[in-house]
Amino acid sequence: MTLVSILRRTTRRCLAAGAGALLALGGAVGAQERPGVRVGLLYGERDAKPGILVLPVAGAGGDSVRAILARDLDFGDRVAVLPASATLGAPAAGAALNYALAARLGARGVVQATLRGAQLEVVLHDVAQRKVVDRTAYPLPAPANGAAWRRALHVASDALEEVITGTKGIAATRVAFVHEGRIWAIDSDGANAAPVAGTRAVSPAWSPAGDALAYAELEAAGSSIRVADLRGGSRVVVPPQGLNVSPAWAPDGRGIAYAHGMDLGTDLWLAPAGGGRGVRIALGRGSDNTSPTFSPDGQRIAFTSGRAGKPDVYIADADGTNVDALAALSRDGADYRASPDWSPDGRAIAFQARLDGRFQVMVATLRDRAVTQLTREGVNEDPSWAPDARHVVVASTRSGQRQLWVVDTESGRARQLTRLAGARLPAWSPRLPR
Amino acid sequence: MPLSLSARPVRRLVTPALLVLAATGASACRRNQPVPPAPTPTPVAGADADALRRAREAALADSLARARAADSVARAASAGDAAAATAAAEARRVLTTPVYFAFDASELSDETRALLDAKLAVLQRYPQVALRIAGHTDARGAAEYNLALGLRRASAVRKYLADRGIALSRLAVVSFGAERPAASGEGEDAWAQNRRDEFEIVAGDAALGGAR
Repeated sequence: MTLVSILRRTTRRCLAAGAGALLALGGAVGAQERPGVRVGLLYGERDAKPGILVLPVAGAGGDSVRAILARDLDFGDRVAVLPASATLGAPAAGAALNYALAARLGARGVVQATLRGAQLEVVLHDVAQRKVVDRTAYPLPAPANGAAWRRALHVASDALEEVITGTKGIAATRVAFVHEGRIWAIDSDGANAAPVAGTRAVSPAWSPAGDALAYAELEAAGSSIRVADLRGGSRVVVPPQGLNVSPAWAPDGRGIAYAHGMDLGTDLWLAPAGGGRGVRIALGRGSDNTSPTFSPDGQRIAFTSGRAGKPDVYIADADGTNVDALAALSRDGADYRASPDWSPDGRAIAFQARLDGRFQVMVATLRDRAVTQLTREGVNEDPSWAPDARHVVVASTRSGQRQLWVVDTESGRARQLTRLAGARLPAWSPRLPR
Repeated sequence: MPLSLSARPVRRLVTPALLVLAATGASACRRNQPVPPAPTPTPVAGADADALRRAREAALADSLARARAADSVARAASAGDAAAATAAAEARRVLTTPVYFAFDASELSDETRALLDAKLAVLQRYPQVALRIAGHTDARGAAEYNLALGLRRASAVRKYLADRGIALSRLAVVSFGAERPAASGEGEDAWAQNRRDEFEIVAGDAALGGAR
């Protein structure tokens, strides 16, 4: 294994789209997000994940530091985190890491974190090169294990994952969802679950900047679209006249699309995010249209519509023209498709489809409209993409009660995110502001 | 004459024979009327004692008669109130009886139309009354699409009533999708109970009369 390379694991989707073009794009994005770091560590084989060893961390809270870094890297699904080794510890000050032993343990990279007062220094060793390839210090806000402290570690994990694989991790993100009528948010690793807003609320949607959540509040006389600022305060964007549900922020942050219903069906509308008069953007002609989601460039929308009888997922230009059924030619056998979410890389749309009476989460790639079934266990609904365009969070009954689960669209690997029975309608945050 | 026990005129004194008849009659219908307690014997001798006894018995008979008369007046009055209260309760029941739908549908069944026709009659009789129609769905569809389906169900009922002359301003609609189930659990029994429109009287309730 030599040096560094822009080679990284490719996906089925990427292969279909043309691996060369994607890899170049991935490298460019990586370079842009993290100046000075051009590439990831070399992969021995295209589909093998690099083995990464996270060394024990000395000092108070050191065990938590190691556990959180290792788990974040594991949850990213792009590296193989090796079990802690009794034989390879952190080198003494001034001494070199035992690279030969690390190589024998299967590690291509070694993470060495050191607590220095209110700072954490994170060093990444390239085992093949026998040298340090990254060294970064992160402020650790007290108290240990507090939300800000954990978040600092997630930021470190995401940076490590970017150096190792070329793709930034998603540990320092959150998921909003509905539980017992309130909007909640939870860290991507399942910590810090807490209610945020609402009393009879549904359908949280993150602002593109990650600093606010739009949602629908079901009031006695009608439903309203509201925005909760995560730094405090909230406002009504669309007052409770008629039905106003399923908000989705336009990528420029200036508008919020939503479903508005009165007498003759439910149509898609767009209101200024600051409040004000909305305009109709899709003509349902008396049918029901809900659950809009924007393409990342803001030029197109996908949504649920009953315009042809059975609910189905459609794509249209953002002004509502050029409407096209997403999976009309699919042979998935679904008699009900709904709840689309456009992937942050723009390449795919996840949605729920009823197969043999049960909803499952599907992924349609836009280049060829091919539909892949992502879930099979229990009932799975309401997918929402992580900002890495690889993981989705779904509401699933696979454990016997409805909980949120994170599913890796590449491997199918799933992990339970919430421990709150009945959690549903998840929305994964974008990259969050520092 | 020690007749101060009774303020009644003497002509209303009744004979012991009549008292016996009255007692027999009371006894005959004791299932319906309480038997008056026996007069307490008092050790008084002679004609005064007789007069006192007669007076007591007369007073007792009189008070029984008055009580019976008052009772029957009260009964008649409460029967009138009850009839009015029953009518008001019936009007409220008719207005707020939910109607049900088939899966993923907002069409009105014959049974639903009959229930709506009954509401129509009450709404026509009491033009002050306004309703809010809340559409609900079962939990099987997609949550956000269900909110639109609930609205469609409420709007279908609103249209039926409006087409028959009820002003749209008296018929508000709202949807709760699958968010407020009437019955919990999985299975067709629960689902069927949840696919419904509920009705709330939001104005003119006092016009229906009675107490809520």
